[in-house]
Amino acid sequence: MHYFFKTSYKHDLRVARHRGDIFWYSLLTLVLLVLPMMAGEFYVGELAGVFVFAIAGVGLMLLIGYTGLVSLGHAAFLGIGAYTNAVLLARGVPFVLSLPAAGVLSALAGIAIGVPTLRMTGLYLAIATLAFGGIMSNVFSKWTSVTGGFDGFAVQTPTILGLKLEGVFGTYYAALLVLVFVLWVMANLLRSPLGRALVAIRDSEISAQSMGINLAMYKSIAFAISAGITGLAGAMFAHYVRYLAPDAFDILLSIQFVTIVFVGGLGSLHGAIFGAIFVRLLPQAIAIVRDDLPFGIGRLPGLEPALFGLILVLFILFEPGGIYGRWLKLKAYFMNFPLYKASTFKRQKAYTKTERLR
Amino acid sequence: MEDAARILQLVVNGSAAGCIYGLIALGFVLIYKATEMVNFAQGDIMMLGGFAAFTFISTMGMNYWLGALCAVAVTAAFGYLLDVFILRRVIGQPQFAVVMLTLGLGFIFRAAAGIGWGYDSIAFNTPFTNKVSRFGPLVLGQDNLSIIVGTVLLCGVLYLFFSKTRLGIAMQASSQNQLAAYYMGIPVRTVFSLIWAISAGVAAVAGILLSPVSMIDVNMGFLGLKAFAAAVLGGFGSIPGALVGGVILGVVEQLAGYFLPPGTQDVTSNVVLLGVLVLRPQGLFGQTIRKRV
Repeated sequence: MHYFFKTSYKHDLRVARHRGDIFWYSLLTLVLLVLPMMAGEFYVGELAGVFVFAIAGVGLMLLIGYTGLVSLGHAAFLGIGAYTNAVLLARGVPFVLSLPAAGVLSALAGIAIGVPTLRMTGLYLAIATLAFGGIMSNVFSKWTSVTGGFDGFAVQTPTILGLKLEGVFGTYYAALLVLVFVLWVMANLLRSPLGRALVAIRDSEISAQSMGINLAMYKSIAFAISAGITGLAGAMFAHYVRYLAPDAFDILLSIQFVTIVFVGGLGSLHGAIFGAIFVRLLPQAIAIVRDDLPFGIGRLPGLEPALFGLILVLFILFEPGGIYGRWLKLKAYFMNFPLYKASTFKRQKAYTKTERLR
Repeated sequence: MEDAARILQLVVNGSAAGCIYGLIALGFVLIYKATEMVNFAQGDIMMLGGFAAFTFISTMGMNYWLGALCAVAVTAAFGYLLDVFILRRVIGQPQFAVVMLTLGLGFIFRAAAGIGWGYDSIAFNTPFTNKVSRFGPLVLGQDNLSIIVGTVLLCGVLYLFFSKTRLGIAMQASSQNQLAAYYMGIPVRTVFSLIWAISAGVAAVAGILLSPVSMIDVNMGFLGLKAFAAAVLGGFGSIPGALVGGVILGVVEQLAGYFLPPGTQDVTSNVVLLGVLVLRPQGLFGQTIRKRV
């Protein structure tokens, strides 16, 4: 197998592992920059949606994939970001301020829910965030003086430096910019002492604690950053949908976010992007093939959630590494082509370890 | 006087709703105690149980009691097979993999029920539908009473099963210590599948008891989310706790709907859940054990 050996400490500090990385990622950025000039408006809009979900996916990946804390209530943070941005814009605050405000307010909400729930792990945290999401989605629909309730809330077109971000193209570039920024922050954060502390907490809380990591503080920071990034995604989501309805931010959206993380591949930034592509494009793919399926399968109601569930189940049973894990395996297969051993990625036999004692 | 009667009425109705929460929570707790898995599809299994009863009673024209029995048996068998073919594979995987797996299964069940039985709300005739009993000033629907009586009976049966039968004691043993249970010759894997069967059966009973009160439809499984509050309130691992938690939750919800402004009833279960987790995470009946390193 092709290993990349680090031969000096400088290697450990660089964002890009080697020149190949720089080349491919620059090419990808370039393609994404010129794509709107060639693709139709529909595809540009869909890609903007993928970017928005990818931002939220990256935020949740920090929490689930790198810190090992599971949240089933991230739709609430998306909602807080979306409404903060939309309400501030409507009150005449410029976009340059309302966007970070959306992130900051979501991060504060993350701390507010994170601090009391940090004593919990695993299951309890998931249930607590589920309850938080339920409460917030009620707040969005009942607090009519601010959110407009079920009448909805029209989002104004943002302006940056006198440039109006109009239509899908404006949203596309704005979301792309935010996504690149978030990825850059995360790539740096994960190599910092903070990122390493989070991974240590994920792998074993007890050993992290004995290495002098302040569990409560680092978990709060992880929760705040994750919520803040999701809030940024929410601000972009507001521009993507252009009309906010409170019932968009429900438990099903939270489940979609967690699906992004799981199907994409736990513990990798690539996974968050792959997962977002999967979650956003699956409905479109179904719509395209729907009429060509035999026996009228395509016209069955509820086909989409069923496939969604089925793919999730299949991934957890057969490919816990997600799409990115499968990609790594494929790469390994072709890199040592004739010598690939079938047992390279064989999973170890595992036994239930109780999580009640933690 | 009138107020007191009204509140008593609310308490009884709340207890009936709470018994349903309690039965779903009981399903969570049974599985969690034994296998450390959390079944997010419990509410959807309840939905399947309700639809199975509808098929036996309304479509095939069986007697109510016989149809209900068949529905419980079929759902229990379904739970057994679910464990044998799917959930057994993820033993030892991180706990959250199981949560996602059961969430995905819930999606599949909902869609399958929608394809099989349609998306409309349906109901079947029960001996309790639209009948009332009067106790002085109290007017109680027999459907609500049947829920309370059915829950109490079911719990009695489960209690006797777990404390008196060989299989019940084997189940307790394997939930306390898997390895030791293996050493004692208990077929732990079969026992786990049987626990899934029991918990699916309990869910089916909940679905059948609930059907005269609220109709059966594809989305009734979302009640399972409220049942989490009941399970946590009772200390997620305690069988009596699940029921007591369910009843408390049901009553609190009814009283909140009466005394507090409209709309608060929807968030009551979530507020109770968060409150319990923050103030007393081990619940009312839970025990806390710190890990020794």
